[in-house]
Amino acid sequence: MSKNEPVYIESVMCPVPIRDRGHIILGHGSGGKLSGDLIADLFLPPFDNPALRAGDDAGVVDANYCTQLAVSTDSHVVWPLFFPGGDIGKLAVCGTVNDVAMMGAVPQFLTAGFILEEGLEIGLLEKIVASMKDAAAEAGVQIIAGDTKVVERGKADGVYINTSGVGLMLPGTEIGGALARPGDVVIVSGTIGDHGIAVLGARGDLGFETDIQSDVAPLNHLVNAMLETSDNIHVMRDPTRGGVASTLNEIAKQSGVGIVLDEGAIPVQTAVRAACEMLGFDSLYIANEGKLLAIVAREDADAVVEVMRKTKYGEDAAIIGEVTAEPPGRVLMKTAIGSTRIVDVLMGEMLPRIC
Amino acid sequence: MKYIDEFRDAELVKKTVSEIHRVAKRPSPIMEICGGQTHAIMHFGLDQLLPDTVELIHGPGCPVCVTPLEQIDKALAIAARPDVIFTSYGDMLRVPGSGKDLFSVRAAGGDVRVVYSPLDAVKIAQQNPDKQVVFFAIGFETTAPANAMSVVQAQALGLTNFSVLVSHVCVPPAMHAILGSPDNRVQGFLAAGHVCAVMGYWEYPPIAEQYQTPIVVTGFEPLDILQGILMTVKQLADGRAEVENAYARAVTFAGNKPAQAVINKVFRPCDRKWRGIGTIPASGYCLRPEFAAFDAEQRFAVGDIQPEESELCQAGLVLQGLLKPDECPAFGKECTPEHPLGATMVSGEGACAAYYRYKRK
Repeated sequence: MSKNEPVYIESVMCPVPIRDRGHIILGHGSGGKLSGDLIADLFLPPFDNPALRAGDDAGVVDANYCTQLAVSTDSHVVWPLFFPGGDIGKLAVCGTVNDVAMMGAVPQFLTAGFILEEGLEIGLLEKIVASMKDAAAEAGVQIIAGDTKVVERGKADGVYINTSGVGLMLPGTEIGGALARPGDVVIVSGTIGDHGIAVLGARGDLGFETDIQSDVAPLNHLVNAMLETSDNIHVMRDPTRGGVASTLNEIAKQSGVGIVLDEGAIPVQTAVRAACEMLGFDSLYIANEGKLLAIVAREDADAVVEVMRKTKYGEDAAIIGEVTAEPPGRVLMKTAIGSTRIVDVLMGEMLPRIC
Repeated sequence: MKYIDEFRDAELVKKTVSEIHRVAKRPSPIMEICGGQTHAIMHFGLDQLLPDTVELIHGPGCPVCVTPLEQIDKALAIAARPDVIFTSYGDMLRVPGSGKDLFSVRAAGGDVRVVYSPLDAVKIAQQNPDKQVVFFAIGFETTAPANAMSVVQAQALGLTNFSVLVSHVCVPPAMHAILGSPDNRVQGFLAAGHVCAVMGYWEYPPIAEQYQTPIVVTGFEPLDILQGILMTVKQLADGRAEVENAYARAVTFAGNKPAQAVINKVFRPCDRKWRGIGTIPASGYCLRPEFAAFDAEQRFAVGDIQPEESELCQAGLVLQGLLKPDECPAFGKECTPEHPLGATMVSGEGACAAYYRYKRK
């Protein structure tokens, strides 16, 4: 073809959609839309019961006529096993402690299941277990049962840890993802995106060095302080996989409310922002392991934030948005330059831009 | 954060926006070529700030979106081979070929790896001498230098287990095709800043002259884009059709000469099919004959693959600026980022994905 010949449209070309995958892909574990669909379509129908259907971080059940338990479980497959600010052991304890605490329960006991790969250095496992001990001590929980399995070399990646946790619900506490109301405000306990970027950095995936530390931490003492301050905390959730954006979308859908965020109010460390800018990530979608989102009645919000800021893991707590009646099920962002955009759930795996 | 915050300054944005409102009195359909700019426009909601007279038409500058289906099917066929480690930029993994995507190939046991740089793929080839390592060399002039460099390096290292599946496209021939089309509505162009950082903008004055259309080299931050729009509407108001540079901190007229040299060393211009648009003459890069040993299409004999197409998707009209994403009947219904009918809904730079993410009703 010569250069100046006009181009005619041959056809409108598009591929066939991929609806029925038939196989698990990595995106099913991202904490975003694919994970949600897998739970809703595959796990929930056969196991269906009220505690599971609530879709919160932990299931809440009656132990007897006056006691309620919050029960949660979490498997940890992080790679590398050690990263700045933490390791898989600390993560395994904090992850479950936090899931239980997010219901407004006091975490008491954990179980720990280890899947070990043949050839794992015993010394590494000792370090991981020591780290679990320290995290459990800080959280004030005991590890009361456990299990160990070993699989052939190459069938796992060093060590995977599952923890389950049980907590006692504080009497009169009612916290859940469906309880956000228009007029409430959204609080975050500190800077977002630290964990995900720290792990990427430890993997050498950033292509540059950073001193970003993971925020992995037990949040139950922070939660206690908040609950002592206010009876009007409606929702608490830790924005782990899928980040703040996916967690707030879940809450907006469960509660049938809109959530409007103020871009300028969201705390992000400069180093995390810089890493996100360079890699084409949005810190709203990056995993956190030591942060919580709380949705609180407006009249109590300032007092709650003040109390949070006095705790070790809430120093940078901030009000970042508000709950609205419209549009139900949506999260919106008011930008610094006066426009508004949708903040969606994480789709698939996080993908970097390519040019 | 330095070099970011000053280009997102709310006060300066307001000033520039009010200047655009003052100048743009006549209808001005302007095309931003680059998908990165489309994404930034939606992310920052810049279109909400503009007067009704300024219509932004989203161009075909998303390499993932315009990579033709048969190239993706070739990638799927190569990646499924047990002797192959297939490496790609992340965005390509989700683009559906005929019936599956690279994620599915990986889930079915294929060794598919995301790399940030093609030079990482060369390293993987060095570390795995018993495997064939293939890199999916897609993109515009922005990715071409690094992709070309990977071939140069592989040759220097004497690697016989490294090859590239090339699907490169170039901006100026696409601008010719759009402006020369009988349906064209575009009256001004924001030229893609990153492409121009490599190529300069010496290729554009003949286009501006031939079609009497202003072209402004534009960056990616809110103020960059608004400044590019302002300069374009000023030209339209004055009846000028010139090439101007609103991204001087990154772009020079001549561009990056060593980068252009490595492109020319490894690639030659060739006709290239654009997904949704068709074949545009001399619009792509192919490997020069002296580098044929690194051509994955030859190494794996995947030349005859014939794709199947969906009929619902109208990405072709979107890529040519003839249809806004949310005007497509499948938008947000049959077609979502989870179940994309077309690549424009897949890539972070695709216009449909940007609308879905930031703007759906």
